Amino acid sequence: MSSNPQTPIISVRNLVNRFGSQVVHDGVNLDVMPGEVLGIVGGSGSGKSVLLRTMLGLQRPSSGQVLIEGRNITQMSDAELLSVKRRYGVTFQHGALFSSLTVAENIQLPIREYFDASPAALESLTELRLRMVGLPVDAGGKLPSQLSGGMVKRAALARSLALDPALLFLDEPTAGLDPISAAGFDELVTYLHRGLKLTIVMITHDLDTLLATCSRVAVLVDRKIVVDTLEGIMKNPHPWIQEYFHGPRARAADAAVKKAAK
Amino acid sequence: MQTVPDPVLFESERSGDGLTLRLRGGWCIDHLREIETSLAQLGDQGKRVKLDFSGIETLDLSGAWLLRNWLEHAKSEGGQFEVVGERPAHFAFLDELLEHKTDQPAEATKARTSLRDAVVWIGRGTVQQAKQARDAVGFFGRIAATMVRAMRSAHHLRLPSIVRHVYETGIQAIPIVSLIAFLISVIVAYLGAQQLRTFGAEIFTVDLVAISVLREMGVLLTSIIVAGRSGSAFAAEIGVMRLNDEIDALQSMGVDFYEVLVVPRVIGLIIALPLLTIVADAMGLAGGALLSSLLLDISLSQFIPRVQDALAPTTFWAGLIKAPVFALLIALVGTYRGMQVRDSSRELGRLTTLAVVQSIFLVIFADAIFAVVFVELDF
Repeated sequence: MSSNPQTPIISVRNLVNRFGSQVVHDGVNLDVMPGEVLGIVGGSGSGKSVLLRTMLGLQRPSSGQVLIEGRNITQMSDAELLSVKRRYGVTFQHGALFSSLTVAENIQLPIREYFDASPAALESLTELRLRMVGLPVDAGGKLPSQLSGGMVKRAALARSLALDPALLFLDEPTAGLDPISAAGFDELVTYLHRGLKLTIVMITHDLDTLLATCSRVAVLVDRKIVVDTLEGIMKNPHPWIQEYFHGPRARAADAAVKKAAK
Repeated sequence: MQTVPDPVLFESERSGDGLTLRLRGGWCIDHLREIETSLAQLGDQGKRVKLDFSGIETLDLSGAWLLRNWLEHAKSEGGQFEVVGERPAHFAFLDELLEHKTDQPAEATKARTSLRDAVVWIGRGTVQQAKQARDAVGFFGRIAATMVRAMRSAHHLRLPSIVRHVYETGIQAIPIVSLIAFLISVIVAYLGAQQLRTFGAEIFTVDLVAISVLREMGVLLTSIIVAGRSGSAFAAEIGVMRLNDEIDALQSMGVDFYEVLVVPRVIGLIIALPLLTIVADAMGLAGGALLSSLLLDISLSQFIPRVQDALAPTTFWAGLIKAPVFALLIALVGTYRGMQVRDSSRELGRLTTLAVVQSIFLVIFADAIFAVVFVELDF
């Protein structure tokens, strides 16, 4: 798949997920290399969220392994799993900010949970996170319900960066945003990826996001996964993939790529 | 050379007239405490120092940020620093980050006197209370208007919805209401029998149980249980619909949500609560009968005529007549608090709690008024 000599930061091996008689994943293999941005796409019900939850260790698979930094998280004790969870950050589709806490308290929550920090340091670190995601510092005092959709996504990203993770999972980061905010968010993801050498795994439906940020794309089709570079995947003959990348809604994005290539 | 004990993440070295500070170890968020103590001590080392970053094993953005902030602060206080060796890569990222000047508002807005704050606080509270009072009046007015319209036409009455609420608030509550009514009358009978025995007037236990259950206990306990059960459910159901924008969806379809959500609940509870009260009365009397036969040797064939003698024709109605009023109070408070939910799940919890507490309070308050009125009317 990739000739990268590095060891993968995430490695999914022969993953099978089954709910009753319904098979969601049947032998999924996926390697995520350090420092790359991998986009996961797939139709509704193709098991993107299940795959994400399995990689996060929130759900045990029916069979198969998930290795994060070489450690198998499917057979870990809860305490070990906690030390893995400490290494990654996640943003959920609707932000999942705690609605009774301010943005600043949301960001401080994981830091308080793990470390004994002085109020001054907490405030300073919160300011850094807010600046990193491009939010004004006074947004820290606001409640999530007072923020716009784009700001909620940014605040959620700030919270996921609270513990300086090396690995970031984004679940539909641009869903529900207007094109300008979505483009701004793409830019932010690219900026953080470059500046911090983050590894990013994102689920997205947004072709523009895929084109703007991802170095490789994984497509969930027929209970399996197909991984390739963006150019490679667009040439894949599978009908769903063809429909996805060359259907009516994809043409505009496609045209933009060709234009850029020229 | 002087070595500092382990938790401190630097060592200092004096050579000639200069002081070199060699940072070492992990300057990452895992060592947040150590970073803080180190930075506090670094400040005491002197004003002219060379900083050597090469000994740092791991540096993450948090560590770099705290270090950089400290450095900037120390420089602004007149410290002179010379960086030896390579500058960490994270510093470049932070420099770039800080160049993106997000339009920061001036922080002067905080300079207010506490007196002014207090006045503002009182003023804001008053305006809020006034608004709430106005909203409440508007809410009850809307319900009254919708009810009048519902009474006039079958379409506006939403019969299936009312039936559902009668089932959920009434039929499903029968087991718990029966059990509690039964137990309470057992308690009253037991205590009464003990006290009345000292006068040799055990037979009056029957009067005590019958009158207290029918006039007060039956309806009051039922109302309190229903307030806890259904008042909270009303507030939570409507509150969640508000959070999900379902109320807005209804309004956008031109459906009057008072008609579909509020009035069926109010009418449903007004039907269900009196019926539940009758069940509670029956179970209360059954409890009294059981205890009388066990404790006082009064058989059922003696118990029933005794009850009939004890009760005035109005006793049963004096209890039952209160039930629809209590039902109205519970339903209004529950739905009103549900409608007030805005924005967050915390609001939902707060208002649901408030709905239960207020409806129980109002029920007991109304019961007290009834008691006084009934005595004055000799009812």
